[in-house]
Amino acid sequence: MSIHQISVFLENRVGQLAQITQILAEHHIDLRALSIAETTDYGILRVIVDDTVKATDILLEQGFILSKTPVLVISVPDAPGGLAQVLALLAEGQLDIEYMYSLFTNQNGNAYMVFRVSDEAKFTALLQSHNIPIATSEELGIH
Amino acid sequence: MERYYQPEIECASRESILALQNERLVKQVRHVWDNVPYYRKKMEEKGVTPDDIQSVADLHKLPFLSKDDLREAYPYGLLAKPLKDCVRIQSTSGTTGKRVVAFYTQHDIDLWEDCCARAITAAGGTDEDVCQVCYGYGLFTGGPGLNGGSHKVGCLTLPMSSGNTDRQLQFMVDLQSTILCCTPSYAAYLAESIHERGLRDQIKLKAGIFGAEAWSEEMRRDIEKQLGIKAFDIYGLTETSGPGVAFECSEQTGMHINEDHFIAEIIDPNTGEVLPEGSKGELVFTSITKEAFPLLRYRTRDICVLTREKCSCGRTLVKMSKPMGRSDDMLIVKGVNVFPSQIEAVLIEQGYQANYQIIVDRINNSDTLDVLVEMTPENFSDSLGKITEMEKSLVAALKAMLGIYARVKLVAPKTIARSEGKAVRIIDKRKI
Repeated sequence: MSIHQISVFLENRVGQLAQITQILAEHHIDLRALSIAETTDYGILRVIVDDTVKATDILLEQGFILSKTPVLVISVPDAPGGLAQVLALLAEGQLDIEYMYSLFTNQNGNAYMVFRVSDEAKFTALLQSHNIPIATSEELGIH
Repeated sequence: MERYYQPEIECASRESILALQNERLVKQVRHVWDNVPYYRKKMEEKGVTPDDIQSVADLHKLPFLSKDDLREAYPYGLLAKPLKDCVRIQSTSGTTGKRVVAFYTQHDIDLWEDCCARAITAAGGTDEDVCQVCYGYGLFTGGPGLNGGSHKVGCLTLPMSSGNTDRQLQFMVDLQSTILCCTPSYAAYLAESIHERGLRDQIKLKAGIFGAEAWSEEMRRDIEKQLGIKAFDIYGLTETSGPGVAFECSEQTGMHINEDHFIAEIIDPNTGEVLPEGSKGELVFTSITKEAFPLLRYRTRDICVLTREKCSCGRTLVKMSKPMGRSDDMLIVKGVNVFPSQIEAVLIEQGYQANYQIIVDRINNSDTLDVLVEMTPENFSDSLGKITEMEKSLVAALKAMLGIYARVKLVAPKTIARSEGKAVRIIDKRKI
């Protein structure tokens, strides 16, 4: 039940991020989550938006280099220990986290975490066996 | 008092040098015609035979040789002696990966070392001197050339090779070096290190022979002041032998070309036409004494001016100015020849497009080489680790190709400045 994240290549240059958010704003695309990984020279912007196809088309049209990556979004109780429980599961299952970040959305006392892990199938199985819900795109208003 | 290593040549009359050149050129053209089919074919295509070359005045009839010819003829195509008569090779990087390999007989090495000995003597060197050679030893001609010249002069020779500054300074102090041979940027770096460590009073240097890269008059004065020495320029290229093709004297107004071994011409780089004396143009050399690798009319791509104005040092050999630029896109970085085409070949091989920019700078007297490379959709990965790996692999491949470190920076597509649709490939920020 993957949600697709858009990863954009960023040069560490003043105004690059502003330019991207401006383009998305002009096309009424809403950001659900955002994260940046960087080295001294370049970075990767990772976003989850409400309209993945449209955002991808627009950014490609503007000459950005990007890829679509499936990620797992998990809803965790927005309370102390909510995230710890999920991370304990990952450790138990000997799974590596490539990266994680959080969604801006908070619904019904739940927060949402985005995960990219070394073995998605195994992670999904672990979550299901512990009754931890995986968020769907409908739930997050992503199409 | 000016010293000469071979005054009978260095101070000979123009007539006697010309007579020597005429005799040697005629002999050399015959030697090449008989032994180098590659060049013979070029002559035949131009309808020239050895009989057409009776003196230096006929030199313009001969076809040119270029770096492309060296690449095409690699490795043995321009060899004029059986390998059993050769005793050494030296090499330099060429375009798109092929190296230039030059061959030497013992006689060739002897004459090359004579040229270097003239340079050391002109810098004031005698058998009382301690000559510290910190040019690279090995395939690069700098170390072996000056090393041989230093032996001939009778200096105590310190074959240091390049790098390891601590050791350089230790020997300089402990063995009281008087002559320093290295690239000007390394000389500036050593000077700085000497000051930082407070060793200025413990060194006995009197002269430096600095070549293999461009340097300004300002840099010369700076090094001279910092080290308390007189700094001399030296010129050469692997294709003709190595350092010592031309050398500076006490007047420091240009480098005397060793005309008994090399005939120099200045041509229009576009038309190939020989230009009158005093014109600025591309320097072309004809080796008239080399046995194993005798290049006739080799285009150096260096732009300079020749002058026969009387020199106060007493030498009568023609003088060439410092090279003022290149008629191709070759860069000299840390004394190493770098062609954009070499960098391009690495990029293509690694799956990038030829959208790149080379930025050369000189920071703390040391050259830096940065290569900006545009990321491509095919190469883009969502993983930072993978991109870092790709960057590392580019750095390693460039190092293997060029022999020097280049810092690679991946940039967004279409960010490299383009003029008239063509990417601006080279930015040289060095003030030299």
